[in-house]
Amino acid sequence: MSRSAAATAVPPGLFGIRRRSKTRLVIALIFAAVSVLPLLYMVSLSFQPTGDIAINEAGMIPTHPVVGNYISAWTENSFGHYFFNSLVVSLAAVALTLAFSSLAAFAFARYKFPLKEVIFYLFLASLAVPSLELIIPQFLLMDRLRLLDSLTGLVLIYSTSNLPFSIFLLRGFFEGVPREYEESFRLDGAGTLRVLTRLIMPLSLPAVSAVAMFTFNFAWDEYPIALTLINSPSHRTLPIGLALFIGAHTTAWGPFMAGSVIATVPLVIVYFVSQRWFRSGISLGGIR
Amino acid sequence: MYAAFTVYPIFRQFDISFFTWHIFPGATSPFVGWSNYSFILHDPVIRTAAFNSLLYVVITVPVQMALGLFAAAILTDRLPGATFWRALIFIPVITSWVIVSYIFAYIFSAGDGLANSFLSLFAGHAVRIDWLAQTWTGNAVIWLLGIWKGVGWSFIIFLAALDGVPREIVEAGRVDGASERRLWRTVIIPSLRSSIVFVLVLLVIGAAGVFQQVYLMTAGGPYNSTQVLFTYAYQQAFQFLNFSYAASIASLFAVVLFSFSVVEIQVLRRHEN
Repeated sequence: MSRSAAATAVPPGLFGIRRRSKTRLVIALIFAAVSVLPLLYMVSLSFQPTGDIAINEAGMIPTHPVVGNYISAWTENSFGHYFFNSLVVSLAAVALTLAFSSLAAFAFARYKFPLKEVIFYLFLASLAVPSLELIIPQFLLMDRLRLLDSLTGLVLIYSTSNLPFSIFLLRGFFEGVPREYEESFRLDGAGTLRVLTRLIMPLSLPAVSAVAMFTFNFAWDEYPIALTLINSPSHRTLPIGLALFIGAHTTAWGPFMAGSVIATVPLVIVYFVSQRWFRSGISLGGIR
Repeated sequence: MYAAFTVYPIFRQFDISFFTWHIFPGATSPFVGWSNYSFILHDPVIRTAAFNSLLYVVITVPVQMALGLFAAAILTDRLPGATFWRALIFIPVITSWVIVSYIFAYIFSAGDGLANSFLSLFAGHAVRIDWLAQTWTGNAVIWLLGIWKGVGWSFIIFLAALDGVPREIVEAGRVDGASERRLWRTVIIPSLRSSIVFVLVLLVIGAAGVFQQVYLMTAGGPYNSTQVLFTYAYQQAFQFLNFSYAASIASLFAVVLFSFSVVEIQVLRRHEN
C-alpha cells in the first residue's frame, strides 16, 4: 500500500531513468534466460518419450509432443498420493510456523520479560546452523517420541527449523505497528489474541506472506530429512517420490520430467501470489 | 517446542559424540571420550570432504554475491518489464533441489548431453566429457548448480537494499563529475554494508552445509573425491550406522562454523566504524 508506493516512487534512479537502458535490458534478459532455461528444458523434455531422452535424442523443442509422461507420472509410483502428503505436510507446517512465530514475535515486540534480548539472540544464533546439522539427534529424538515414519514428525521438524527466521522477520514488522492502533482496538473490547490476529497480522501482511512462502517452499522441497525419517511408501513426500523415478540402472526420464513440472507448479503459484508483498517484506524486516 | 526440537538436539549431538553409539535397543553404548574426535584427525576422507566444503564456500559465495549485486544494480531503476525479469531471476531459488539436481545431471550427462553438444559447437569436434564421473568436472557442476540456484536470493536482498541508497547524494556526485566507479566505492557500497554482511554470513552458513546436489548428483564419488562434510557425515550415520562418528563430525563442524560467523560479523562491524 503506502509502503510499496514509497518503495517504487524513487524517480531519480541510481543511474538516471534512461541511462544505458538498452545495455541494461540486454543484461537483464541474459540473467532471466539463464535462470529459466533449465526449467524450460524440463518442460520441453516432459513432452518427449523416455527412450529419446535416455539416449540424448530429445531436442530443445519437442517435434512430436506426447502427453503420456504426465499420465504415467501421475498413476505410477502413487505419485498422486505423495503429492497429497506433501500438500498436507506443507500446509500444516505453514499453519504451525505462523501460529508459533507470530505469538513469539508478538511477545518479543510488545512485552518486557527477563532475559528477553538474550533469548532473542539465542534464536538468531541458531540461524548459524545449517538445517541438516541436527539430523542425527533429531532422528533419535523422533525415534524416542515414536514419530519416526510419520508425517506429524516431519511437520514438527519443518516448522521448528523455520521458526528463528520467521520470528526475526515478524518482530521487526510487529514493532512497526503503532501502539495507538492497538489501544483503540482494545478499548473496543478486543483481547490480546484478537489484537494479534485481527490487527497486527493483517497490518504486517508483507512479512506474514514472506514467512508463509518460505515455510511452504522449505517443506515442499525438503528431501534429506524426509528421506531419513520416512520409511513406509504410504508416507513418502513428493521429493522422495520424484527421486524414485531415477534408478541406478534404468531411469524413467519422461515421467520424472513430467512429475517435476507437476511438482513445480504449486511453488510457482505460491511464489507469484505472495510476490507482490514479499519484496517489501524483506526490505522492511530489518535486513537492510 | 523449539527447545525440544532444536536446542535439545544440539546438546544430544555432543553427548552422542563421546560414545560409540548403537541404535539398536538394548545394545550398550560404551563411553569413548574424545576418541571419535581424534579419529577425525587421521581420517583421509575427512580431509577431502573438508577441503571440498571449504572450496565450495570460497568459490560459490563470492560469485553469487557479485552476480546478485550486479543483477540488482541493473534492475534497480525503471526498465521495461522490470517486475517480470525480477520474478524470473528469483525463480531458481524456489525450485526443488531434487528436481534441479537431476536436470543438471542430465544436462551434464556423458556422451551427447546438452553441455557436451553445446561445447562441441565451439570446439569444432565432438566433445565427450563425462562430467560427473571425474573429480574436477564433477565439482564444477556442483558449484555451477549452487551458483545458479543461489544468485536470485542475494539478488532480491540487494535489490531491496539498493532502494535505500541515498539517491540525492549519488545524483549530486554525478553532477560534480565523480566517476561511476568512485560513486560505487564511496557512496553506494558503504550504504549497502549491513545487507552485504547479512548476505555474506547467511551464504557462508548455507554453502558450508552443502549437501543435496552432491548427494544426488555424484553421491561423493568417484572414490570419495567430491565428498563434502555433510554427505560424508550422512553416509557414516545412515549407511554405516556410525552415529557417534557422524555426530562428532557435525559437532566439530558446528563449533567451527559458529565461531567463524561470530568472527566474520565482528570484523565486518569493526570496518564500519
